Amino acid sequence: MRHRLEFAGKKCIRMVLLLLGVSLAAFLLMAASPLDPLQTNVGQAALGSMSPEQIAQLEDYWGTNIPLPERYLGWLADAVRGDLGTSLLYRQPVLQIIGERLGNSLGLLLFAWVLSGVLGLALGVAAGALRGRWPDRLIRGWCLLISSTPTFWLALLLLMVFSVWLGWFPIGLSVPIGAAADSVTFLERLQHAVLPALTLSITGVSSIALHTREKMVDVLESDYVLFARARGEKLPAIVLRHGLRNVALPAITLQFASVSEIIGGSVLVEQVFSYPGLGQAAVNAGLGSDLPLLLGITVITAAIVFAGNLAADLLYGVVDPKIRRGAARR
Amino acid sequence: MEPLLQVEHLSISFTQYDRGTRRRSLPVIRDLSFAIRPGQVTAVVGSSGSGKSLLAHGILGILPYNASLEGTITYGGEPLTRRRVEGLRGREIALVPQGVTYLDPLMEIGPQIRRGWRDDRARAESRAVLARYGLGAEVEGMYPFELSGGMARRALIAAAVVERPKLIIADEPTPGLDARAAGRILGHFRELAEEGAGVLLITHDLELALTIAHRVLVLYAGETIEEADAADFAAGTLRHPCTRALWNALPQNGFVPIPGTQPYPGEIPAGCQFAPRCARCREACRSGGPVPDTALRGGRVRCYFPEGGERP
Repeated sequence: MRHRLEFAGKKCIRMVLLLLGVSLAAFLLMAASPLDPLQTNVGQAALGSMSPEQIAQLEDYWGTNIPLPERYLGWLADAVRGDLGTSLLYRQPVLQIIGERLGNSLGLLLFAWVLSGVLGLALGVAAGALRGRWPDRLIRGWCLLISSTPTFWLALLLLMVFSVWLGWFPIGLSVPIGAAADSVTFLERLQHAVLPALTLSITGVSSIALHTREKMVDVLESDYVLFARARGEKLPAIVLRHGLRNVALPAITLQFASVSEIIGGSVLVEQVFSYPGLGQAAVNAGLGSDLPLLLGITVITAAIVFAGNLAADLLYGVVDPKIRRGAARR
Repeated sequence: MEPLLQVEHLSISFTQYDRGTRRRSLPVIRDLSFAIRPGQVTAVVGSSGSGKSLLAHGILGILPYNASLEGTITYGGEPLTRRRVEGLRGREIALVPQGVTYLDPLMEIGPQIRRGWRDDRARAESRAVLARYGLGAEVEGMYPFELSGGMARRALIAAAVVERPKLIIADEPTPGLDARAAGRILGHFRELAEEGAGVLLITHDLELALTIAHRVLVLYAGETIEEADAADFAAGTLRHPCTRALWNALPQNGFVPIPGTQPYPGEIPAGCQFAPRCARCREACRSGGPVPDTALRGGRVRCYFPEGGERP
């Protein structure tokens, strides 16, 4: 138990360092951006017709006249106290925007994460167990095809086929256009989320399936599977008894590592589907030089990804007897 | 006594890709014949790379997909077909593999021995078989990484014999053990033979094999060069110069090294495989096809000029 607490403590320190690094990197990238926040958000023409006093006021608002270290340290001091500032574009507290957007995205992300994990594992195990036969070729071909397809292109394709040609799903947004917020039903929300979630999971499936297949092939070529066969165990029993057990550890790593891929993918997918989620907010914040919002989103998503990896590490301790027994004996 | 297992003219070869896409067939075992009788320990002795493990896998029908097998294997008087061996392995025919890597690293020993059965009878049986090999009930709850080398070896024997097989194929069951522990492990096989099982012991260790074997087959470059009684070694009535050389290479018999190396599969010379290293080699040995396997003084030998035959 003490060992595990120590482990969690070390991880937390690492997380703090990571978040510091990530926020600083995001800040520096933003500072190095060639976009002038005033020109982008106010417009070249409007800016030209303004008096120097008005421009100075705008510079105050966007913070362009404050030295960089002071800006970052100011943000950091507030962030440590739990105040991530106010979005310059949306004129709302950053945390409130992130909460709202994350609420929209969460269903999408979770659905994609679970579906890609379950489907990827199932396909990978099946392909590995039937190596060289037609189901394996089919699954492998499909996965390679999908992995070499850009996510946004796939999103456009699905949009064209299912929304434009077939008309089964809306072409974008998370709720029907022009409907009052409280009149929107759960079913309508679901209908809007299906295509983006599907796009995300389709791209997630292929890497998980291919990795799982490789591991499954390794397991089936192992000495212990040879011995199991020598003892009369048949392929289905071997896959269930030895295969899944030994594929589980790498599958956990893959599944939680895919959190970052899903979040990264959501930025593009939400953009294509005009889905008002966290990913889209990140793009808006980046293009609109909304520094507090961008830093807020960066830090929160980095924390989510880190939490995913931490969960994988902790689960390892539960699943792997070497770690479990080793830790118990200390 | 009626042989339990009869292997006749067994050949095993691999299909390999040679330089890109050209396929070639790599013979690993050629023209191997022997019989195993109930209650007897038959040892197959050969250095590494002579195809010993493949022999075990071939009999059990678990060769890798790119290997092919020719010849006939008869078990209990009937041909041992692929389908038949699938029903027999694990029940009547058991494999005792080399080491701890043959145990699932993420499964406790008990469930591995029970092979998925969870009823009380299976539990009692697994406990009894562990106890027979000096392993306590607590071993059931241990993972392979928690076992010592000797314990793992005994757990593997326990896993193999829990169903009381009639034929036991032990594939190098002793490497990595000190002489005493290895002797104890081999004693278990002798004991199983005394209870009526036929034991095929595959090993590179001639000295250890002789401590328990009744019959010894010497494998060289994929061929059996001699089949002898275990007593022939000490009595000096061996047939093949290679067997004699192997015997003399043992520390207590003079420690005489054999010059040269065993040819690799795929680089098989014409005529006798041992010719380049043989002191009795003559012109006739270096050409022609494989040397035929002939009966001599109650054993078999693959030599034109065997010891104790005509004088060279």
